[in-house]
Amino acid sequence: MAKFFAITILVITILSAIPIVRNTWHPVENVSTHGQAIDNQLDDTMWEAGLSFLASQILLAWFIWRFSGNRPGEKSKNFPGGAAGLVAGAIILVGVEVFALGIFGVKAWGNIYFTQPSANAIPVQVQAGQFAFYFRYPGPDGTFGPIHPDKISEATQNFFGLDPDSDPDSKDDIVTAEMAIPVNKEIRLLMHAKDVSHSFYVPALRIHQDFVPGLDLQLHFTASKIGRYEIVCSQLCGLGHYNMKAYLSVLSQADYDDWLKKEAAMQ
Amino acid sequence: MHDTAHAAAHHGPPTTFIRKHVFSLDHKVIGKQYYGLGLAAVIIGMVLSWLMRIHLGWTNYAIPGLHLLSKNGAPGDLMTPELYLQLMTMHATFMVFFVLTVAPFAAFGNFFIPIHTGAEDMPFPHFNMMSFWTTFVAFCVMLLSFFVGDGPTLGGWTQYAPLSAVGSVAGPGQGAGVVIWATSIAIFCVGQLFGSLNFIPNILDLRCKGLSMWRLPLPTWAWFITSCMGLTAFSVLMPACILLILDHVAGTSFFVASNLVINDQLQPHSGGSTLLWQHLFWFFGHPEVYVAIVPGMGIVSHVLITNMRKPMLSHRVLVHSMGALAVLSYMVYGHHMFVSGMNPVSSVLFSFPTLLITIPSTIIVLIWIGSLYGAKLRINSASLFALGFISLFITGGLSGFFLAQPSIQILLHATYFVVAHFHFTMAIAAIFGIFSGTYFWFPKMWGRMMNETLGKVHFWCTFVGVYCVFMPMHYLGLAGNVRRYSSFPADYMAPLVGVHQFITIAALFTGAAQLIFFYNFIHSRFWGPPAPDNPWQGTSLEWSTTSPPPWDNFGGRHMVVYHDPYQYGVQSSTGDYVMQDSPEQVKTENEEP
Repeated sequence: MAKFFAITILVITILSAIPIVRNTWHPVENVSTHGQAIDNQLDDTMWEAGLSFLASQILLAWFIWRFSGNRPGEKSKNFPGGAAGLVAGAIILVGVEVFALGIFGVKAWGNIYFTQPSANAIPVQVQAGQFAFYFRYPGPDGTFGPIHPDKISEATQNFFGLDPDSDPDSKDDIVTAEMAIPVNKEIRLLMHAKDVSHSFYVPALRIHQDFVPGLDLQLHFTASKIGRYEIVCSQLCGLGHYNMKAYLSVLSQADYDDWLKKEAAMQ
Repeated sequence: MHDTAHAAAHHGPPTTFIRKHVFSLDHKVIGKQYYGLGLAAVIIGMVLSWLMRIHLGWTNYAIPGLHLLSKNGAPGDLMTPELYLQLMTMHATFMVFFVLTVAPFAAFGNFFIPIHTGAEDMPFPHFNMMSFWTTFVAFCVMLLSFFVGDGPTLGGWTQYAPLSAVGSVAGPGQGAGVVIWATSIAIFCVGQLFGSLNFIPNILDLRCKGLSMWRLPLPTWAWFITSCMGLTAFSVLMPACILLILDHVAGTSFFVASNLVINDQLQPHSGGSTLLWQHLFWFFGHPEVYVAIVPGMGIVSHVLITNMRKPMLSHRVLVHSMGALAVLSYMVYGHHMFVSGMNPVSSVLFSFPTLLITIPSTIIVLIWIGSLYGAKLRINSASLFALGFISLFITGGLSGFFLAQPSIQILLHATYFVVAHFHFTMAIAAIFGIFSGTYFWFPKMWGRMMNETLGKVHFWCTFVGVYCVFMPMHYLGLAGNVRRYSSFPADYMAPLVGVHQFITIAALFTGAAQLIFFYNFIHSRFWGPPAPDNPWQGTSLEWSTTSPPPWDNFGGRHMVVYHDPYQYGVQSSTGDYVMQDSPEQVKTENEEP
C-alpha cells in the first residue's frame, strides 16, 4: 500500500504540473507598460515554487516507497547530516530564494506605487458604488467639480452628486458608464467609493486596487495596446457583486478625442 | 512542575447523569463534546459547500428543497446571488470557527493535555465546562441567523466594513444577520479564552514529576503554542465584534466613514475608518490560520513518529519552528491587505516577514520528510492521513510564495488562487490532521477500534478528491477568476465554467466519501472491537492508562516520567520502545541534550 501511495503522490504531482507547463490557464495578455515586470515576477516565482513542489513531493513519495514496512534485519537510521543539515539548507536555500523574490518583487510593485504620475498624465475619476462603476473626465477646464454626497442619486442619474449650477468646475465634467483612454498615454486614475468597499481589477492592465470609503486613492498607468478590456469588482460589495463590471476601451488618440466629444455632447 | 498529588483533580467522580454527560467537569467528556460540536459543524459546512458548488457549476439548476433554507433566497429552488453569498459566509464561518478551531485545538487539546502532562484534570474544570457551553451557545446563536429576519449575513467570514456596519440598507442579512454573526463570534471568543486559560496553566504548572517541558509530546507543544496565539488573537477579535455591533445598534461610527451614500440614502455616520476593521480582523485572522494548522502539525508528528518507530530528527527544532510560525503570524497579517488601500510601503514591510515565514514552514516539512528516511513506516489510516497532510501542506505552502508578494497579488488577490491556497493549508491539511488524530486516538477516546479497511478507503477517496477539488482552483486564479461570485458574467471568465463543473463533481464525490467516515465512526463507537490500552505501541502517557481512561485519568496513580516522549528504535523488555513512565533504562541515541 505504501508503494501505491507513493505512486499516487507522483501521479497527482505530474498531473498538477502539466497545465502549468503547458500554460493551459494563464493571465490575460498584459497591455500595460508596467505589467511585464509583474509577469516576470510571476514566472520566476512559478519556476521556484514549481521546482520546490516537484522536488518535495517526489522526495516524499520516494521515502514512503523506500522506508515503509518492517524490513527485518534492517536497523532504523537517520538522515545523513541530521536535522542540522536540513535546517541549514532550509535557511540558506529558502532564505536566498525569498530574499531574491522579495527584492525583485518590490521593484515590480514600486513601478506602480512608488513613482509619481507625470504632470501631463490624463486625469480620470472612477467611482464605485453598488453595483456599477462610473467614470468622470474633467472636461476642457481640466478640473473636476466637487462631489456633493447629498446630491448623489441613481434616480436622477446624478451619479457623482454634481451641482453645475453652483460649481463652475462641474459644468464641463463628462460622466460615462464606460472608460476610454488613449493608447500610450499616461493616465492618472482617481478612485472614489460611494458606499462600501469595492475593487478596481483590470487583469489586462495588471491593475488591482480596492476602493476605500472615506479615502480617495490615486493610481497611474499607461496602456500600450488598443482594445476592449474588462474591469471587474473583486471586493465583496453585496448581492450584485458578481455582476459589477465595466469595459475599458483603449483607443487611438483620434478615436479617443472623438469618443470624448460624443460623450460630452450627451451630457 | 508539580507532583500530581498537588495537582489533584478539583472534583470527585461524577455521580449524576447531568454531571457525567452534560455539564461535565471532566476534560475528557468536554473534549468529546467539542469533537461532537465539530462534527455537527462540519456537516453543516459541507452541505453548504455542496449547494454552493452545484450552483457554481450549473447556475440555472433548481436544487430540490432549497426553498426550505431561505424564505426569499430560492424562488423555484433556484439560488439567488444573495443566498449564494449567505451560504458562502456561513460555510466559512462554521468551518473556520466551529470546525478548524474546535476540533484540532479544543477537542483533542481538552482530551489529551491533562493526560499528556500526567494530571488528573485541567486546573480550572468549571471554567473548562463553561468554555464548551459558551462555544455551544455561540454555535446556536450562529444557527439562529438562518431563521431571523432576512437570513444570515452575506458579507463573508471577513465581514469587511462598511458593508457589515451600515445595516440592512447594504443588502439582505446585513442588519440582524450581521449583529447575530458578530454576537456569536464574540461569544465564541470568550469560550476559546476560557479554553486557553486552562490549557496554558495546565501545561506550565500541572506537569507530573519528571516531565520537563522538553519531555512534552509534540501535540501538547502545539496546543501550548496555539493557546498562546488564541489568547492574544481572540482577545482582539472580540472587542472588534463588539465595536461592529455598536455601529449597528448604538449609532457609533467606528468602521463607517462620512458621506457614504447607499441606495440614494446619505448614511448617518461620520468619521470612522474602513481599514480599521481590516487591521483588527486580520490581526486575529492570520494567527487564526495557525490556530487551525499548528495543532495538526503536532498531531501528525505524533502519529508519524509512532508509525515510523523512530523519533523525529529533532524534537526541539520542530517545537522552535512551530513557535517561530506563531510569532511571525502576527507580523504578516498585512499580506491580506496588500491592495486594500493601506500605505503601499506597508505592503512591502508586510511582504518580507510573510516570505520569511516560509523558512520555519520549510524546516518543519524537511524534518518530517527527513525523518521518514531510514524509518520502518507502518501504513494505516492514521499514518496515511498524516502523510497526506504533509503532501497537502507542501502544496498549500508553496502557493503562499505567490501571495506573499504584493506585485503578484495584483494578479491573484481575491481570485480562486487564494481559495486554493487557504483550503490546502488551513482547511484541508488541518482536516487531514483531524482525521489522522481521530483514527489514531479513537481507541483511547472511545475504547473501541475503528475499522481500518473503511479508514483506508476513506483516505484514498478523500486524498484524490481534495486534489481534484482544490488544485484546479490555482489555474482558475491564474486566469483571473474572482472569488465570491455567484456566477461568472465577465467575458474572460466564461471559458472557465467547465473547470468549475469539474470541481463541483469532485466536491460532491469527496463529500460523499465522508459518509464512509461517519459510518465507520458511529459503527465503531458502539460495535467496534474493544481497544487495548496501547494498540499502536506508543510511548506517551495516554498509552499508559486504560482505553478509555478512568475519570481521574490514571486510576489514582501519581505519574512519574523517566524519558523523552518518543523512545522508539530501542531494545527494551516491551519491544522497540520504552513508555515515558517506565523506569526501565535502555541504551538510546535519541535523547536530545
